[in-house]
Amino acid sequence: MRARLLVLAAVAGSALAALAWSALAPVRSASRDQVFEIPNGTWARRMSGDKLEILPDHIRLTLGVRDILVLRNHDAVPQIFGPTLMMPGQSFRLPFEQAAVYTFSCTAHASGQMIISVAPYPSTPGAKIAWRAQELWWHTRLLTADLLYRYHL
Amino acid sequence: MNHTCATAGSIARRGFATAALSLLLVKASAAGTSGAFKAGTFDPPRLAPDFSLQGSDGHELRIDRFRGKVVLLAFGYSSCTEVCPVTLATFAQARRQLGAAATDVQVVYVTVDPQRDVPERLKKFLGNFDSTFIGGTGTDSQLATVRKEYGVTARKIPYGDSYTYAHSSFTYLIDRKGQIRALMPYGHGTDDYVNDLTILLKE
Repeated sequence: MRARLLVLAAVAGSALAALAWSALAPVRSASRDQVFEIPNGTWARRMSGDKLEILPDHIRLTLGVRDILVLRNHDAVPQIFGPTLMMPGQSFRLPFEQAAVYTFSCTAHASGQMIISVAPYPSTPGAKIAWRAQELWWHTRLLTADLLYRYHL
Repeated sequence: MNHTCATAGSIARRGFATAALSLLLVKASAAGTSGAFKAGTFDPPRLAPDFSLQGSDGHELRIDRFRGKVVLLAFGYSSCTEVCPVTLATFAQARRQLGAAATDVQVVYVTVDPQRDVPERLKKFLGNFDSTFIGGTGTDSQLATVRKEYGVTARKIPYGDSYTYAHSSFTYLIDRKGQIRALMPYGHGTDDYVNDLTILLKE
């Protein structure tokens, strides 16, 4: 019984420590770039019927943390990628300095639009927790999309 | 910020009022350049695809006509009531802030609405902002080719007895060598244009 209480206390303590860290630790990122790449062979795969979504139709950025959109076309043909036409081997780097919702025409998406939400720097404890939770969700989605692409699922 | 011109109407006073209001919100002076582009930049830059259109100045409009100058290339239509007036007013304000250096900056505005935008109409429309601006028009097919080569979209939307367009609202910045160096999304103010133009003019 005592051992169980100790385990519960340890779990609760760890959870509280994690929550405190999430709420108080400054939000940092190794790079402010949010990179999206069109892999070589994308055009060929699309032509063969694969419905590939390389660029999400809604991208979330955060000022001061990850506020530079970087697009790279590694394919052998020009691609409409987000707001622009990109040549093979070309990259496009777009910095954001204002928190706002930006809507771009984008023929690569069924909706014809790409939305970029740029949020202010998360300065309050609640905003930091929300940002970290969103990051976790975002990276899970990216990882899933990457696995789907790699293994042709 | 919505990056399309999807609202109908003729060259509306409302559009110009919006433009004027936007300009009032923009800082009055250029605070110098930060050394970095405010626009999105391409690496490596590519040569701007050339085209041959009817210019609003009465001459053939080719992009390589302006080699040696920095070009702001935008797409739109003179009946646009929201985006285009703001963009063009921002260009005009940026040129004024650049002073004498503005002689090396050329604004080129290619229409997506050739039915209404004949050269004379474009000239009158652009003259409301800056008499040096040059518009380009042509056949549907010519303009569609230009849009394709620049990755620009334009979709005609019926509106009552008339129509409007949803179109790409960004601006290309083309350097003195004729290379597409940057893409400025809609919504950037005069200072950002002055910053980037100053960088390109110094090259």
